[in-house]
Parts: sequence; C-alpha cells; structure tokens
Amino acid sequence: MASPSARGQRRTAVLLLTPFFGLFAAVTLAPLLYAAWLSLFTTRTSGLGFGGTENVFTGLGNYVRALSDEAFRDGFLVIAVYCAVYIPLMIGGALVLALLLDSGLAKARNFFQLALFLPHAVPGLIAALIWVYLYTPGLSPVIDLLASGGLDINFLSVDNAVFSAANIAVWEWTGYNMVIFYAALQAVPRETLDAAKVDGAGAVRTALSIKVPMIYPAVALAVLFTVIGSIQLFTEPKVIYNASSAIGSSFTPNMYVQTAAFQNNDFGLAAAASLLIALFAAVLSFVVTRISRRGSQS
Amino acid sequence: MTETSTLDAPAPAPVTPPPPGRRPAARRRKGAMKSPSVLLSKAGVTAMLGLATLYTLLPLTWLLLSSTKSREDLFGTNGFALGDEIHLTENLGHLFTADDGVYLRWLLNTVLYAGVGALLASVFGVAAGYAFDKLAFPGKERLFSLVLLGVMVPGTAMAIPLYLLAAKVGLVNTFWGVFIPGLVFPFGVYLARVFSASYVPDEVLEAARMDGAGEFRTFCRIAFPMIAPGFVTIFLFQFTQIWNSFFLPLVMLSDQDLYPVNLGLYVWYSSALTQGHPEDYLLAVVGSLVAVAPLIAIFLMLQRFWKSGMTAGAVK
Repeated sequence: MASPSARGQRRTAVLLLTPFFGLFAAVTLAPLLYAAWLSLFTTRTSGLGFGGTENVFTGLGNYVRALSDEAFRDGFLVIAVYCAVYIPLMIGGALVLALLLDSGLAKARNFFQLALFLPHAVPGLIAALIWVYLYTPGLSPVIDLLASGGLDINFLSVDNAVFSAANIAVWEWTGYNMVIFYAALQAVPRETLDAAKVDGAGAVRTALSIKVPMIYPAVALAVLFTVIGSIQLFTEPKVIYNASSAIGSSFTPNMYVQTAAFQNNDFGLAAAASLLIALFAAVLSFVVTRISRRGSQS
Repeated sequence: MTETSTLDAPAPAPVTPPPPGRRPAARRRKGAMKSPSVLLSKAGVTAMLGLATLYTLLPLTWLLLSSTKSREDLFGTNGFALGDEIHLTENLGHLFTADDGVYLRWLLNTVLYAGVGALLASVFGVAAGYAFDKLAFPGKERLFSLVLLGVMVPGTAMAIPLYLLAAKVGLVNTFWGVFIPGLVFPFGVYLARVFSASYVPDEVLEAARMDGAGEFRTFCRIAFPMIAPGFVTIFLFQFTQIWNSFFLPLVMLSDQDLYPVNLGLYVWYSSALTQGHPEDYLLAVVGSLVAVAPLIAIFLMLQRFWKSGMTAGAVK
C-alpha cells in the first residue's frame, strides 16, 4: 500500500547514489581490478634478438618477486619501527595534553587548543620541507643549538631517518588527536567525575581510571586511522631522501613501489606491491578493529 | 563533641605514626583536596601546555622569519631570529616572477583541484549519505559496507593503480588525472549519513511526504539546507585532503603547468639540492609560507566546522 512512496524512495536513492558510486567504481574499483590484472604480467625482452619487449603471463610471479625482495620487506620493517616510536608518542602525547586541558587547571584553554592544532593546517609536504630544513646542517638553528650543548646529531642518517620522519608526523597529528580526545573528555558525565571525587580519587587517579577508559572508543579509532596512515608513509621520507640519499630509494613500501614503477619501469611488480600494501593495510585495520572492540567490551 | 574531636585529632598524628595499613587511605583523601605535586598546580599544567605549544609553533616561526631573509641571511643568521635586513617584499616579488610566474599558476591549479574537486565530492557525498540514512532501498547495508571498504583502502596505495589506469585511457599528465580521483570521498559519505541522522528529523520528511512533495525535491529544498553545516565540514575535510595529496600528482603529472603547489615546491626544493640552484631554497621557503597562510586563515575562521567533523567519528 505504501508502494508509490516506496517506489519514489527507491528511484530517488538511485539518483542520489549514482554520482558517488559511478565515480567510486571509476577511481577505486576499476584501478584496483586493472592493477590486479597487470600484476599478473611481466615484461621480457624477446629472445629472438630483435631487441623488442613482450608481455608475458607470470601468474603470481610478481607477488613472489616482491615478497622475496629484501628491499620490499625491509620497508615494512621500517614501518614497524616507525609505528613503535610514533604511535605511543603521538597518541600518548595527545591524550596527556587533552587530560591537561580537561583538568580544570589550565589557563587560556582556547589559545592552547588552537596553537597545538595549528600544525595540522600545514600540508604534509610543507611540514616535511620545514622540518628537513631544520634537520639540515648549516641551515638549522636546532642543530646549532644542540651543537653548542655538545650534542652532535645527524638527523638525516640512515639510523635516525625513521625518528626524524616520526617527529614530523608527531608534530602534525598530536594536536589533531588532542582536539578529538578533548571533545570526548568533555562528554564524560560530570556526575561520574563528582562521584569519583566524593570517593576520594585524586586528579591523576580520576584521569587514569575514569576519564581514559570512558574515551577508549575515541582512542581506539585514532589508533586505527594512525595505523592506516603509517603504512602509507611516503611524503616525509621522500623529502628526507631528497636531502640525504643515505636512506635509499626503497626506504618505505610506497617508495619501493614508486622506484619499481618509475626508475625500473617494472609496472607488473609495482602493481603487485601496491596491492600487497593495500591488502596489508586492510588486514591490519581489521585486526586493530577486532582487538579494540574486544578491549572495549571487557 | 565536635570540639573535642577536632582538638584531639591532630594531636596523636605527629607523635605516633598511624598504623601502616591506614596510611595510603589518609594520603589519598588528602590528594583529593589539593594537588599532589607541583606539576598538577595551575602553573605546572599551564607550563606543560606552554612547552608543547613551543614545539608546535617554533617551526612555523622559523618559516615566517626565514621568509623575510635574504639568501645570505638564510644561511648566515640564527633561524629563530630576524636577519640583518628585511627582504620579504623582494622575496615575494621573486616568488611570483620566477619561471615566468609559474607559482601563481600552481596556486590556481591547487584551488581548482582542491576547491572545485572538494565541492563536487561533498555534493555527491551528502547526496549518497542522505540516501543511506533516509531512503529505503534494497541492498542498503551491503552497499554501505562497500563505502566503508573505500574508507579503509589507503589513499597512496591507489596512486600506482590510478596511474596505470590513467595511462590506459590517456589521462596521464592531464588536469583530469588528478582532478577526477579527488571527486570521491567515502569518509564523506559516512559523515553525511551521521549528519543526516542528527540534523534532519524524520517528522519533517513525513510532513513533506504527506504534502505530496517528491523525494528528490524534498532532498534539495528541505533536507540539504538542514545538512548544510555538515556539508561545510565534509568540504573542509576533502579540501585539505586534496591540498595535502602529493604521491598522486607526483606520479601523474610531468607538465609543470599542471602542478599543484605541493609538487611545485617539492621540485624547487629538489633542484636547490641536486642541481645546485641555491636560490631555489629561498623560493621553496617563501612559497611554503604563501601556501600555508590562507590555509591557517581558513582554519581559524572555520574552527567550529572542523571540530564537528573530527568528533563525529569519535564520539558516538
């Protein structure tokens, strides 16, 4: 009996969904499928001596090649180290700052929120440029300052590049997540906090055993997005690589893909490696979601 | 009674220490009354926040100061102090005339890629999000999980597949190769669904349907204006995302005239390093400042919209 209305709704739904899904198919699904197809082929110089090249079907050959390439695997190792440094520092820092803002003891709360968030308004590439200038000997006031204190650090060396990249990301994202955590903290019911006070809990104890567990979902979501972002690490190390080739052109998985595609013209390998990265990110975000869901239930 | 207890209580405490089991409790209660340490005093908390602010603001200060310096001062004077002479106007003049004024072109390209791209992406996103929230159609949740999949696929992992497909259809090194991918914003659909659920009451739609208004008309005339604040939020998110993108234009474009600002600055910076063009160092610095200034201004003006989008996903 509601059928004319139902038909109208269905027709309008098609109308409203078509632009998004049409473009989604064109710039997400189609490229993934096409890349999957290309990843099954490899280019070989033909054996007939004419010097031409031909496309040969190799099945999963490119995937095997990528996975058995130490440079590609090392990229994931770099990401692991990067995550181990970056995520605790950034999420922890954002949480502490949000708790400080929420403690009721901070002055000029609006100013601090703005000032701490400001780096996020800076595009990632420009943030990387600024910091790499600050990492460059002869240009950097930071290095001069450290040197006058007797500290001699090469921010652009192989060993330090991961930390230098992590610092850029900490600078960009701490304030962003702090704003999210602070908003979540403000939604914690006042009665709960008052009850804690009556029970004799101090500021630190209230923060750790009441506030943090209550905003757990926000923190878990932030960790999830940070993990997805970390796997994609490209801009910061790419700019660092420009300043000092010490770290190599395949430092992170995405840099490996770019090198495979545009220095070696090995598009089959690049496609396979890209899909492996996407798959890895999807699996990892699935696992993180699973873990955090279990965490919030207990 | 009360008098004796208050008089009696302090007396034994200093002389005989309380039994060990009771001591932590007493201490905790005291902690609730006043802050346990200097760090948690008003001054302590403000000082810690101030320290963090120093970390976030000093690099931007460096950018601002360096943009006012001559090339000699950039290398020769302290980065956190003014140079010997203020060179800002000369630097700006140099920036906008270098390489036949290509920087202005990059700015314009970026406004097209990010501004127009995000505008269309937000229209499509709000339309889809509204349909998911308010309209009944078969296969809804299965279709929505496709959107969520799109949220999960890492953006940069798409760069090479997009390049390969664009190469196939002849869009490499064209405006469209960078513009079209910016039109799709799955997270925007997710946000729009959340906004539609909270901003558009079902009763309003019922009333419109009673009056016999068509579904599409209802969306355009009634629902869309109600979602407008959410629209601004979604626009800002996608705008910064496109403005931030670097990997895709890097692989897609080789013609300098098509570059967004990001890529142009990167190329100047690289040529300063590799081809021994030290004057490009300064160009990249001043160019960064000019590119960042409007973004910071936009952000400061539209704070409210930022926050509602950032927290829509987190506080549910």
